[in-house]
Amino acid sequence: MMVYAAIASRTFRRYATYRAATAAGVFTNSVFGFIMAFTYIALWHARPQLGGYDVADAVTYVWLGQSLLAPAALFGGGFQDEFSERIRSGDVAIDLYRPVDLQSWWLASDLGRAAFQFLGRGILPTFFGALAFDLTLPPRPGTWLAFLCAVFLGVVVSFGIRYLVCLTAFWLMDSTGVQQVAGFCGMFFSGMVLPLTVFPGWLGDVSLLLPWAACLQVPVDVFLGKHEGVQLLQTLGFQAIWAVVLLLAGRALSSLATRKVVVQGG
Amino acid sequence: MVDALRAYGWIITMWVRSTMAYRASFLMLTFGQFFGTGLDFVTIFIMFVHTDELGGFTLPEVGFIYATSGVAIGMADLLLGSIERIGQRIRDGSVDVMLVRPVSAFVQAAADRFALRRLGRILQSTAVLVWSLTVLDIHWTWDRVLLVPIMLICGTVIFCSVFVLGAAFQFAASDAAQVANAFTYGGNFLTQYPPTIFAKDLIKAATFAIPLAFVNWMPALHILDRADPLGLPKAFQFASPIAAAAITLVAGLAWRAGIRSYRSTGS
Repeated sequence: MMVYAAIASRTFRRYATYRAATAAGVFTNSVFGFIMAFTYIALWHARPQLGGYDVADAVTYVWLGQSLLAPAALFGGGFQDEFSERIRSGDVAIDLYRPVDLQSWWLASDLGRAAFQFLGRGILPTFFGALAFDLTLPPRPGTWLAFLCAVFLGVVVSFGIRYLVCLTAFWLMDSTGVQQVAGFCGMFFSGMVLPLTVFPGWLGDVSLLLPWAACLQVPVDVFLGKHEGVQLLQTLGFQAIWAVVLLLAGRALSSLATRKVVVQGG
Repeated sequence: MVDALRAYGWIITMWVRSTMAYRASFLMLTFGQFFGTGLDFVTIFIMFVHTDELGGFTLPEVGFIYATSGVAIGMADLLLGSIERIGQRIRDGSVDVMLVRPVSAFVQAAADRFALRRLGRILQSTAVLVWSLTVLDIHWTWDRVLLVPIMLICGTVIFCSVFVLGAAFQFAASDAAQVANAFTYGGNFLTQYPPTIFAKDLIKAATFAIPLAFVNWMPALHILDRADPLGLPKAFQFASPIAAAAITLVAGLAWRAGIRSYRSTGS
């Protein structure tokens, strides 16, 4: 267990090294937040209470989305580039004979990254948003705590998806195409471009059940106080179930890959 | 100039040939770009499931604004979007190699890893543009007809300049490439929507600071026969070429200043 904590804290520090990049990320997320907030305000002025949100909820949704984009790696990234490159180059063979579990290694690394990006890139955009717009902030400390749980579970689900995406490199060699498709799915079905509650008809119903919903839509709804009491537990349970299913699928697929696939030499 | 263009042609031909070595991958990535960038329009479409007007503009009108911005950034991204990778080259020292070659560093940086798959965004935006033009009931006069190609060309030039400005900035802060994204892709995001939904100060910034408003907002107001939310003189709606020339000049000077200030990492 100690070794995974060490991996996580080293990754945290590695990401913390790039201060200019972090500042640049905050700046870019904030610019997108401003533009997006105005598009949502226009929509919610035309249709108040759309998707169960008022204007303040909708604008809060935008800023939390910008804050969580990097920590939850909705568009991909994080350990993903490194891991798929190691599979492609064959370096993964070295990872496999290390006395640590492959999946847990990368999970620890990704949690370290997410923790840094949550603190370094997540807090400021929403803070700037709160300066410029009326946001819905949770009145109770319990809601903040539930939000942090939901973000954590969301990051684990996001890891579970991205790990599976990386593993396709064992068969495809170059997983760029799959990563691109996964990135766009992540943006669309997490609720990053529009809240899933606004999606029309069956598209909305289905997308609320997909794992990506656990990465952004659920944490934001928890923050906005849309789930209380038993419903809150059910919502967190929904995230936890996807996390477990995806992690188990990742284990199954990696054992299949390591048994059946010949690693690239060189 | 002729030499520079010829060199640009050679470099992009080389990259296209290397891309075509993996034809299936190229096709997948191009389709990926087509659908991926199309998600922005899907978002707008879903918004219009719930409302008939956004900021007083209908879906075909927003489609026209969306598409003209998309074609412009798509063209700019295809022609020299790779220049945003300059920060990485500054960090690993490979700008040195560019500087000793007998071709301008700008041409090399612009053509670096030329990515034909970026046609995906251009095709997608063109499809929306054609759709919007067939649905829209525009009162076509000769100046409106002329303004459509002018806005596409000027928009491309403006976005090219924004890409170059972002690259020049990386000579000062080599790992802050993301800042450039705020103005390139952020600028595209901004100009996908009609100006009327934004705060006046934001429109002013996009008109007078970084002339993104001249990519499509200003000419589109004339083509769609809409009032300017800032109440600026009518001349602004025809001023895209002037704005494009001005920002090109600034970008050119910034790039030169950047190259002059370059210090090799020495590795």
